[in-house]
This record gives sequence, structure tokens and C-alpha cells, in this order.
Amino acid sequence: MQNASLMLDRRTVVRELLRDRGELLLVAGLGTSAWDITAAGDHALNFPLWGAMGGAAVLGLGLALAQPSRKVLVITGDGEMLMGIGSLATIAAQRPHNLRIVVLDNEHYGETGRQRTHTASGTDLAAIARACGFPQVRTIRAMHEIEGLRSDIQQMNDLLLAVVKVALTDDPLALPPRDGAYLKNRIRSAILGPDSMLR
Amino acid sequence: MTTTVSQPANHSQSRHWASDIYDVFKAQDIGIVSYVPDAGHTKLINLCESDTEIRAVTLTTEEEGVALAAGAYLGGKRAALLMQSSGVGNCINMLSLVRTCSFPFLTLITMRGEWGEFNPWQVPMGQGTPATLAAMDVLVERVTEAREVHDTVLAATRLAFNSSRGVAVLLSQRLIGAKQFLE
Repeated sequence: MQNASLMLDRRTVVRELLRDRGELLLVAGLGTSAWDITAAGDHALNFPLWGAMGGAAVLGLGLALAQPSRKVLVITGDGEMLMGIGSLATIAAQRPHNLRIVVLDNEHYGETGRQRTHTASGTDLAAIARACGFPQVRTIRAMHEIEGLRSDIQQMNDLLLAVVKVALTDDPLALPPRDGAYLKNRIRSAILGPDSMLR
Repeated sequence: MTTTVSQPANHSQSRHWASDIYDVFKAQDIGIVSYVPDAGHTKLINLCESDTEIRAVTLTTEEEGVALAAGAYLGGKRAALLMQSSGVGNCINMLSLVRTCSFPFLTLITMRGEWGEFNPWQVPMGQGTPATLAAMDVLVERVTEAREVHDTVLAATRLAFNSSRGVAVLLSQRLIGAKQFLE
């Protein structure tokens, strides 16, 4: 039985967060999060993962440290974030001012048969982030809060994690390119210029 | 009980091999060095942490360093991961990222579970380290003599970044000196 407070539609949330995204660099965790960002429009500045479970947030840390003048957004799910839970401590210790992590929390492993994650049993990822030392933490349950989050993602000059409670839905597949080398080269060229391929 | 590190028998130069690795990092523009600490890496970690041009990142588990290096490379920075052989098993699935996307990836691994090891719990992962890395298509180089460290780490760095693949340098326990616990 899904928690009645999980009412937000993940595709709508992601589309709103990415509206007028500008130069935002975007990493997505594997599975549904990667399909969500692709449904909002595939983009050269997207790096959707097809594996590496537990690595999305800390991959975003590497990108944020390498590109301090640009904003980096990681969108991932509760299951993926739980697997990389220790990386929240690593990220908070570095406190990159340009990194934002949005966890789309539907309290289930959606891709594998809707098994419950620990967030369905009370694990609070926002509280964990706060306890790790994240300076900016939000838990979002209402659509009217999404515009403020979008604005913070674009403008805030501080490390942020937001847990967005979303409904368990069956959305149409929107698959990004699956060739990892292509995805890597595409975003590097978009960030560093075409000459990056020659170095 | 006290901990000591025995002097490696073959290390006659006054210069420590960790300084040779640090020189390679500087010459090869390594800007991010991540690690789960190991006693054998202490000197190198201290050198990196005191360098304002190198971002030193402490990890909770070694696999974070694999994903961190990938993200850094996307943004145009070179990273290296320092760990002990016991951390290699923690990296296995994350190394899919290196293989699938053809990321350059450099890791320097201090070996346990071999030459003079006092802790039997270190032996399985230490002995399994080369096969584990090979299974995930990471090329493996090994150093046992201090005088080989500079050239081997330089060659490994060039290979990793010029051919966009994973390369590991195993720093033998014989080089580091076996940790001993004295009664």
C-alpha cells in the first residue's frame, strides 16, 4: 500500500525542474530517473547512467569539483541513493557550492517489481543528509514547492539535497542513448568544447 | 601493543617513493586525489593534502572514488584513487562505468596479504586483487622496488589517460614494508 502523502507525479516534477535549464549539468541515476530526464528532452549536458548503482551523487561531486563555475544537478531515486548512502557524508565533507541532489522518493524499487525500499519503513534521506552536514535540505510533498526548488537549483550558491516524495507510477519508457562512450564524449564536448576530443 | 613499519630492505635512497608518485601527479596534472586511507599511503596523502592545487577527497568506500574520477573527467579534471588491496573488491561493479564508457581511470593500490603479512584476514582480498582487477578489464602493473616507482606510475598514468581505460599500480608489501604488531 502506497503512502497517501506520495502524490507528486515524477515526470511532471522533473519537467518543471528542468524548465529553462540553461547550462545546468545533469546526472541521472540508473533506471526510472534516467528515463524521467530523457522524457523531459534528451540533452547534450545530460549524463544518464545505465548502471553504476550508488554512484550517481558522487559522480556529480566529481563533476562539480571539476566545473566549479557551473551548476551540477543529480536526479536519482531512493533505491539508488540508499546504495550510495555513504557518499552523502563524502559530499557534505567537501561541501561543493554548485552541487544539487534531488531524490525522487517513491519508497520502492520501481524497475524490479515494486519492492519496498527502506524509505517505506521510515528511513528519512533528508534527515540523513542533514546529519551528514548538508547545509541546505528540503523535503517536498506539494507541487507548489517545485518552483522554489527549481529556482534554488539554478541560483543558490550552496550544497543542496531535496527529497521529493513522488507517486509510484508506470510511465512510458523514454530511453536515453545507451552507448556509454558516446554519452561521455557528448557531455565532455558540450562542456569543454570539441577540442576536448583531441586531447 | 605498538605498531611499527619495518624498513624496506631495498630502499637505500634518502628520497621516499611517495614523493616520486607526487611528482608524477604534478607533472601529469592530477587535480583530484581520493582515498580510503591506508598506512602505506600516508606520506602521499599528506603531500596531496598540503598542496592547494590538489583536491584531496576522503571516501567512505573505495567505489565512490571510481565514480568521482569519472565525474571529474567529464568536467575536464584528472583524478587518481588511492586504496589498500582490501578495497579493490568494493569497486567491482563501479568499474563497469570505466569499462562501458571508456573512462581513463588510475588507481594506486598498496598491497596487503602478501610479503610478511601478519593479519590472515588481509590475505584473501590481497591475493585476489590482481584477478579481481583483471576481471573488470583494469590493466595491472606491479612495483616491488622503490627505484621503479616513478617510471611505473608515470607509464600507468599515460596509459590510462592516453588510451581511456583503467590502470592499476600495485605497490607491493615488500616495497611498503610489512606492518608488524609487537607484543
